[in-house]
Formats: sequence, structure tokens, C-alpha cells
Amino acid sequence: MTTAKRLATALGLTLAIAGTARAQTVEIEYWQYTFAQRVQAIDELIKRFEAATPGVKVKHTHVPYDDFRLKIAAAIPAGQGPDVVQLFYGWLQDYLKAKLLQPLPQELFEAAEIEREFFPLVKQMKVGGQYYGVPTAVRALALFWNRKLVREAGLDPAKPPQTLDELVEAAKKLTKRDAAGNLLQAGIALDMGLQDHHWLREVLIRQMGGQPYSADGRSVAYNGPAGVRAVTWYADLVSRHKVSEFGFLTDGITAFRSGKAGFMIDGSFRLAALDGQAGLEYGVGELPGHEGRRFNFASYWVNGITPKATGPKKEAAAKFLRFITTPAAMELWLEKVGELPARKAVAERDAIRTHPKYGPFIRGLAYSEATSFVNETAQRKLFMDMVDRIALKGQPVAESVAQAAAEEQKLLDAFFAK
Amino acid sequence: MLDRLSLGARRTLTAWGFLAVPLVFYVGIRFYPTADAFLMSLTDWSIVGERRFVGLANYRRLAADPVFWKVMGNTVQYLVVGVAVSLGLAFLVAYHLDRVRVGHALLRALYFVPHVTTAVAMGWVWRWLYQPVPVGVFNGLLVALGLPQQPFLRSTEQALYAVLAPAVWAGLGFQVVVFLAGLKAIPQEYYEAAAIDGAGGWRLLVEITLPLLRPTTVFLVVVSSIAYLRIFDYVYSMTSGQGGPLDATKPLVLKIYVTAFGHFQMGYAAAHTVVLFVILLVVSLVQLRVLQAR
Repeated sequence: MTTAKRLATALGLTLAIAGTARAQTVEIEYWQYTFAQRVQAIDELIKRFEAATPGVKVKHTHVPYDDFRLKIAAAIPAGQGPDVVQLFYGWLQDYLKAKLLQPLPQELFEAAEIEREFFPLVKQMKVGGQYYGVPTAVRALALFWNRKLVREAGLDPAKPPQTLDELVEAAKKLTKRDAAGNLLQAGIALDMGLQDHHWLREVLIRQMGGQPYSADGRSVAYNGPAGVRAVTWYADLVSRHKVSEFGFLTDGITAFRSGKAGFMIDGSFRLAALDGQAGLEYGVGELPGHEGRRFNFASYWVNGITPKATGPKKEAAAKFLRFITTPAAMELWLEKVGELPARKAVAERDAIRTHPKYGPFIRGLAYSEATSFVNETAQRKLFMDMVDRIALKGQPVAESVAQAAAEEQKLLDAFFAK
Repeated sequence: MLDRLSLGARRTLTAWGFLAVPLVFYVGIRFYPTADAFLMSLTDWSIVGERRFVGLANYRRLAADPVFWKVMGNTVQYLVVGVAVSLGLAFLVAYHLDRVRVGHALLRALYFVPHVTTAVAMGWVWRWLYQPVPVGVFNGLLVALGLPQQPFLRSTEQALYAVLAPAVWAGLGFQVVVFLAGLKAIPQEYYEAAAIDGAGGWRLLVEITLPLLRPTTVFLVVVSSIAYLRIFDYVYSMTSGQGGPLDATKPLVLKIYVTAFGHFQMGYAAAHTVVLFVILLVVSLVQLRVLQAR
């Protein structure tokens, strides 16, 4: 054999081996919406998954949020697009109706195990006894405060208000006005368009002894004394206690970030942005309780498997889904994205539970509720309008609550009639 | 084969060859989606899943939707007030700017600057201008003049005009420049002849300037009407995407956007777009008819 021939044989052999290896590789696609930290986290997880699972390649596609649903809806019926997809928990019903998801394989995702290991709000992903998605991370609300302003007001920045009454008293001390009564610094930043509507809906109404919705989620239940008390308490922050103004410094988060508001209610996803705010020194604590009652609002994105994944692809998709919901993946997600681990065992590790910033959210998860929204945009708008009618039009609270409840009931009826 | 065609036929073929590119483009990018929007307005579709044919149900729902009527009222206000105020101001500025010789180019450029600024950035700056004292400039001026502060964007009565103001201000530069070009195109001889006949400033304006400016005015009225009927970016950036408070500033286009991409009711949103399409068509046709009539 000449050298040239030997070389050619070796080359042929190498190509043949490479060819078989490629034939055995299963490629699956993962889709989520474009959000820098989420994209980086998934890229890192894919790298680890591929190293641990030879023969499976994952293609990562991210789509701008506004096009996300449209592209998925167009791709999957055409046999294209993702095998594993991320979706907001509130979209599940729509996705099931449109046949965009298949049940998770029971071998890897046993219902009893999910219910034992994940936070209870995950139960919303169970339809007809089968799970259609599991989350990597969950989000909750907490009380944020500006440590510098709290200190200046003579309060202890290490001891946040524990009750709604204490919050009002602390906010009063933090409110600054000029001689003409113009607001210079708000005790608490309020914004119904951000997280306040969740706080009112799932936390304040329950703390005042009510329920936002019936147990089956089909009827509005806040149109009563508890709902009126909750909305009154919220509106009073502006009209009676004068510790804030709606629209102060354009929106709630701007007021807080610019150091002109003492307190704010916001979500865990805000931590990264606030950490990047130069000169802002803030603390995080559990939402204030009321008469011994504590509640929180949680929401989450889940990962599901689409009908496109069949045979070896389905197997690979399930393995990948399992991988991105392992405790290690959740820790990475927490570190990169700032969202809380969805498995209780991970979240409740001492390092996380007692973490000064993650801790309050994690403790809040234990008593949190996730609203079964049928149309979050519209339902948020109803709450914004309810408060605006009181603040701008002087409508009596009970009347405004009744109007919001009637309009929301119509929305629920239309959804469940389909 | 081409050789066998006559020169005329070859020319026609070449012309069609060039025309085919924009034609295919418009059919694919404009006409097909437009036709599809009409069809979509007859369905119930959540973006995901099948389109379900529902006939005219979306239009019946529109007619009974109080927010739709509120939004239509707002849109008419944007249109009427926006066009009248902006064209009035633009003509006033152009008429006088036409007579200014010193610093003419600089002034014209200054009027044009807002037009090339992004609407979102401007919307946000104006949002801050409308803040209460001590932040807001406008309220600061009011207080300095001894007048009471105004809520502006936090008032259901004032918010629409507060949103309209930066839109008018930004559109002014373009309208002034077009009016200036129109004024320049009027032959100087007419004015001279009229002056010899003893016509004064007011009569020159009414008898010569305005009639001869008609094509320019028609163009600006149509273009601005379409712009104000489609107002979106100022409202979106100045009201955090809500068109509030209490829908006081919400124009039709924002309702379409929210219905489609907030509520995922594509069929219902498409019904709105069909209504907007018809309004745009009617308004444009009527304006062309009325303003071009001799």
C-alpha cells in the first residue's frame, strides 16, 4: 500500500465513522422568548446537557416576545418549530385547545413525584390527570425598601414593617412634601399597571377575609365587604394617608429606582435590574401580613413537549425537559435569571432560604396563590380602571368594585362558554 | 424567441418585467394580508389553534362594545383637533417664515428638528414635562404665574390633549416645510399685479395665496388626517401602553394592538382594522373630493 492509498483509506474510514455518528444523533429544538438572561441560561444548560447526553443535540431558538405565540402557532401544526417549548402558565388552556402540547411521559414525570417535589402551584399544569408542563423557576412578590431613605427617616432598615398597619406608619414617616403640599418623596411607590394588581387581587383581598375567585375559578368572589375593604385600604394610601400619588415620577418602578420612594411591591424578576442601579441600596422582605394572615402571588413559565416530538425525538425531548428541571438547572437559573427554584428542596436549602434577597420570596412561595387568569391583560386593566374611577372620578369604592366584578364576570363567562 | 417579437411587444415585455417586481411585492406584502384581514375578521382565532368561522359576530360585538365607541370618539378628536390645530399653526408659521430673510434656513431647520426625533423618546420627555411640581416644567410655569396646577395626563378630560400636543408639535416641521414650498411656487407676478390694482394684505391672502395653495393644503390635510387616524406611538409611550386613564386617550389603533397582542383575539382585532380601513378610505376620498372641487 502506498502512502497515498493508506491516507485515502484512513480518510474514508474517518468519514464513515463520522457519518454513522451523525446518523445516530437526534436533534431537537427548544424555543423560548428573547430575554438576554434566559437565553444565556438555556445556552449554558444545553452545553451541559449535550456533554452529559451523547447523541442528542439541542437547537435553541428564541423569538421576540410579541411574536412568540404567533410563531409557535404557525410552526407546530406545520410539523416545524420546537420539540420543547416554554409557555406562560396562564396560556395552558389555549395551548391545549390548539393541540400544541402532548402529555409529559409518565416514566420521567410521575405525577406523584411532581406533586411531592414542586411547589403546589404547579398543580395547575395537571389536566385530566396528566401533566403538560413543569417549570424551572417561579416568581413571587415581596416588599422592597430603600435602605438609605428608611435610615434617614429614623427607622431600622433591618426591620421592615411586618403588618399593613406598620407599613402605613412607616410610609407616613418616609413621605416628604414641600410647603405647598407637592410630593417630593413617596412613602410607597404605587402602580396598578405593574405588580399592585396582583398584590390587591391575591393578597389584600384574602387578607381582608375574602377570596378573589370561586374555587373553580369561574366566578368573581371579591364583590363583597372584603373586596371593598381591600380596595379602600389601597386607595386610602393616596387619599387618606397621603403617602403616595398615582403617576408619581411617571411610574412606580421609576419612582423607586430613582430613590424617591421608600417602599414598593415588586417581583423577584426585578432583582437583577435593581442590582444594576447605581447608588440604590435596597432591602427585600416578605409582604406585610394582616391580622395574622399572609398571602403571596406566584407566577411561572413552564416547559412542555409539543406533538412534533415523536419516537427518538420524544425520548430526547423528555430527557432534555427533565434535565432543565433538575435541582442543578434550577440553581443555575436562579443565579443567571434571578427566578426562584420550582422544587421545594432546592428553594428551601439554607443558603437560599436565608439569602437576604431570595429568602423573602422563597418564604412567600409557601403561602402563595397563582391566579387562573383567562386574559391577564384585560383582567389587569379592570383593576387599573377600578382604582382610577375611585381616584379620578370620585366613584364610591363599593360601586367601583361592583362594576369591576360585573365586567370581570362577563370575561370569565365568555371564556368558559367556549 | 425574443427576436421574433416586434419592437413594441418587446418594450411592453420589458416594462412588465420591471413592473413585476413591485407588483409581486405589493400583492404579497400589502394586498394579500389586507384580504386576509377581511377574512380573519369573520373568525374567532386566538393566534394558536384553528380559525373558527363566526360570520358577522365580531362586528355585532363591536357595535355593542362601549370601549369601541369611546375609542372612536377619541380617534375623531385626535383627527379633527389634530389636523385643524396643526395645519393652522403650520400655515401661520410658514406664512411669516416666508417673509423672513435673516436666519430663514436656521429657523426652518429648527422647526423641522422635532419631526426627525423618535416619537417614543419625545413622548417620554413630554411625560416628564407634565409631572406635578417640582418635577414638571409646565406645572412649574403655571405655579410661577400664580395659576393652579393641572393634572394633565392624570385627568380624563385633559389627557387626550396632553398626548396630542407633542404629536402636533412634532408634525409641525414637516407641514411648515411643505407649506413653504407651496408658497414659493406661487408666481410673484400675481401679487404684483394685484398690488397694482390696489389689493391689500388681507385680500392678497384670501384671493391669491389660499386658493393657489389649495393643492398643497389638500395634500397636507389628507396626509395628516391619515397620520392622526393612526396615532399610536405617542399614546403608547405616554400612558404606559394603556391609553388611560379610563380609556380617555385610547385611539382605535391602540385598541387593535391590545385586542390582538394582549388579548389574543385576532378575529375581533381584525374587525377593528376593517373599520379603520373603511374610515381611512372614506375620509381620504371625501377630502379629495371636497378640497379639489373648484
